[in-house]
Amino acid sequence: MNNPEPLAKEFRVLGTRPIRPDGLDKVTGRALFSDDFYLPDMIHGRILRSPHAHAKIKSIDTSAAAALPGVRAVVTGADFPPIESKMMSQGVAGMINIGDVADNCIARDKVLYDGHAVAGVAADNPHVAEEAVNLIKVEYELLPPVMDVRTAMAADAPVIHEDFYPGAFILPTEKYLPNATRMQMGSGDLEKGFAEADIIVEREFTSETIHQGYIESHITTVKWDENNHITVWTATQGIFNLRDLTAGVLLVPMANVKVVPLEVGGAFGGKERMYLEPIAAMLSKKSHHAVKIALRRDEVLRATGPSSGTYVKVKFGAKKDGTLVAADLHLAYEAGAYAGGPIFLGAISSTSRYNIPNIQINGFDVIVNKPTMRPYRAPGAPQALFAVEQVIDELARELEMDIIDFRMKNLTKTGDLLVAGFPCAPIDTVNMMETVKAHPHYTAPLTGENQGRGLAYTMWFNLGEASSAQISINPDGSVQVTTSCPDMSGTRMTFAMQAAEALGIDVEHVTASVGDTEAVGFSLPTVGSRTTYATGAVIYDIAQEVLGEMSARVALLWETDSELVIVDKGVFSNKEDANLTMSFHEVCEKLHETGGPITVHNSKSSQSFIPGTCVHLTDVEVDPETGKVDILRYTVFQDVGKAVHPDYVEGQMQGAAVQGIGMALNEGYFYDAEGHLKNASLLDYRMPTTLDIPMIETVILESPNPAHPYGVRGCGEHSIIPPPAAIANAIHDAVGVRMNSMPMAPHKVCAAIKQKQAADA
Amino acid sequence: MSKRTHVTTTINNKSVDFLCEPRQSLLEVLRDVLFLTGTKDGCNDGNCGACSVIMDGVLVDSCCILGVEAEDSEIETIEGLAQNGELHPLQKAFLEQTGMQCGICTPGFLMAAKALLDKNPQPDEQQIRHWLAGNLCRCTGYDKLIRSVMIASESMAEA
Repeated sequence: MNNPEPLAKEFRVLGTRPIRPDGLDKVTGRALFSDDFYLPDMIHGRILRSPHAHAKIKSIDTSAAAALPGVRAVVTGADFPPIESKMMSQGVAGMINIGDVADNCIARDKVLYDGHAVAGVAADNPHVAEEAVNLIKVEYELLPPVMDVRTAMAADAPVIHEDFYPGAFILPTEKYLPNATRMQMGSGDLEKGFAEADIIVEREFTSETIHQGYIESHITTVKWDENNHITVWTATQGIFNLRDLTAGVLLVPMANVKVVPLEVGGAFGGKERMYLEPIAAMLSKKSHHAVKIALRRDEVLRATGPSSGTYVKVKFGAKKDGTLVAADLHLAYEAGAYAGGPIFLGAISSTSRYNIPNIQINGFDVIVNKPTMRPYRAPGAPQALFAVEQVIDELARELEMDIIDFRMKNLTKTGDLLVAGFPCAPIDTVNMMETVKAHPHYTAPLTGENQGRGLAYTMWFNLGEASSAQISINPDGSVQVTTSCPDMSGTRMTFAMQAAEALGIDVEHVTASVGDTEAVGFSLPTVGSRTTYATGAVIYDIAQEVLGEMSARVALLWETDSELVIVDKGVFSNKEDANLTMSFHEVCEKLHETGGPITVHNSKSSQSFIPGTCVHLTDVEVDPETGKVDILRYTVFQDVGKAVHPDYVEGQMQGAAVQGIGMALNEGYFYDAEGHLKNASLLDYRMPTTLDIPMIETVILESPNPAHPYGVRGCGEHSIIPPPAAIANAIHDAVGVRMNSMPMAPHKVCAAIKQKQAADA
Repeated sequence: MSKRTHVTTTINNKSVDFLCEPRQSLLEVLRDVLFLTGTKDGCNDGNCGACSVIMDGVLVDSCCILGVEAEDSEIETIEGLAQNGELHPLQKAFLEQTGMQCGICTPGFLMAAKALLDKNPQPDEQQIRHWLAGNLCRCTGYDKLIRSVMIASESMAEA
């Protein structure tokens, strides 16, 4: 296969920067987020959470809570139907163990982490609900907590689940140890590979549990009516995912559950799974009121989201000329309380960007007494890259090669077999490297002491999978696009733009919205950088059907065959009579005289795994006294296929990069030995502020994706991956120490510098 | 339930009366009593700035002020930022420069930025970064957000 051809197409709409339709409501405070939804009969729920990391529930006494004036209902695990462990499929990327989901929503026999939900109360206001929750008495029998992957994999580790289903995040894993499952991939002959190597580098790395950190908490309002129909109003990445999980846990038909999407106030992977709906629904059923539950920030940190802490050991071998010949990777990722963490994605993204003939990856999905790990923007990838790109940097420097030339020597190109076992879909990786090398940042001189420059490169893959959408045209020429992929940061605009491009009309004439689960067909959630790409491709197909139907209407008016009607850029014309034309608008005006409304709905599922690449280049200054790392300059290069709305693409690159910077330098869960989370606030879980970072420069590359009609690649996740590795490499360049533990907080950098000084002395 | 207190205050230049419990924060009163839901609850702990409002000319986290403390004060919220259907230059800049993504932190940032421009109409980048450090945004990486404030400041100077 060859690199993709540059797009010959000229776009009218794609690549422009129209103002987002939801923007006005967001700058005026009118946008309806999950917390802004009120119903007249609504009451408020609160959840009692386990203070222990690992314990048996011996008894729960809710009598005092139930007796408090203003309390309308109390529920515990005993109120819910038992749900068997079984995999529920929503496609390749959507395998879910519904039994684990149920147990994670509310504990029955055992609590598995600090913050695990134990009981729920609904009352007339949140304060009374809070008081009532504090009146519930729970007797626990404490069990030893298992708080990190190496402890969990040790021979004498306490067993967390007597029996469990191996998880499946994209691909299934196999049971391997009492607390861990394993997946393996690789090719070639490792021993032979290392025997050919002139240089071998072997290193270990660790990282802490981190959180997505969305500013909007998890908030839901649920009404269970007398006909056993359940309506949910909430902010979620996946309305159908939430519908099916709610139905699955409460044992009601899926069609009885309606999920109405509200504006999503940040998610980053953390809102693709269900936490609150079963409890709110059961409280609603018992109280006959709609019930709203809004999690406090400490609950968000203790019980939702987080992304895996890791232990990674890598060994790489290269020849003198810089050719990589062998790699052995051991990746152990926290799964949290239930199996199914992001190990597969960590594994495939760890090395896919390089051709390594002899490679073995052992990935472990490890159960620990922490919240169930959920995706966080390129799940599992930054942690593996932190290890591998530091070792690549070390190899290049040891071999006295330019860090880009070393990478180019081993670069995966279109058609090369990836470690996951399929060929790399078309992408121009050479141009990426050449662009970085030619950029002024790469050669700009550093200007002070203790300054250094670092680079990291990644290849990540966007998903396809199921998407549904609908286009309706109106007699006045305006058009509605409705999809079932929630909009996290501008996809209504990118859908409207793709529809306008395809229909040949101005984007101002298109309104795009996210429908509820009764309005549109199934879509996989807004995950995996898939939405603009996969749902956009469905919209393109539907637009062709709309134009086909409109051509038939034109043929009717012209009393000719519809094959003779052609349409280009919103103008219908007759192949045989150049003078005969009708505009899109004119055809719309004749809608009801030529057969009635035109509404096309379609669903499509593609199993694509589309590569996207990025390089991050950063300059840092390290304070050798305090270990504080300041970022002086930061440039993001990303290949996005076709940038539909360049402002939004830049926004994804900048936002993801800063999340990665937070992960690199500050963020991490701090548990004490008993497994209590000690930094469950936004003061102590320290995300980047305006003072921590400079402006983020962006360079958009566009090597088109042949799997999309306009060449679009997903671009939402990729840029969270390189920052930890790029910053670590810059720290090394600045002060000569290799950082093997994330976050690279001042005390660790300081300790590494002291250690080096002692060794040098 | 504790006895409620009668509070008289001014919100967005309009005289407002409400009843609130002593334990209710100004944020809770704005949202749950007055349904001014443009002010957002991000942490209820004074750490994220999503609930920023201007009270008697001072930028505050409304989650850290009690509703009863609003007696006789002048409060500005996001709902009052646009005047007579005309967006404030900050709102225009956030829209045109893509100064927001999900939008949950946007009202808080807009009120914080307004408090800054009220005091210092021509801040430089570093002054903006210092002033806005009490507000968290997890989507944008702050780049376009800070540029929006700079552009709003320029457009106000030109006007």
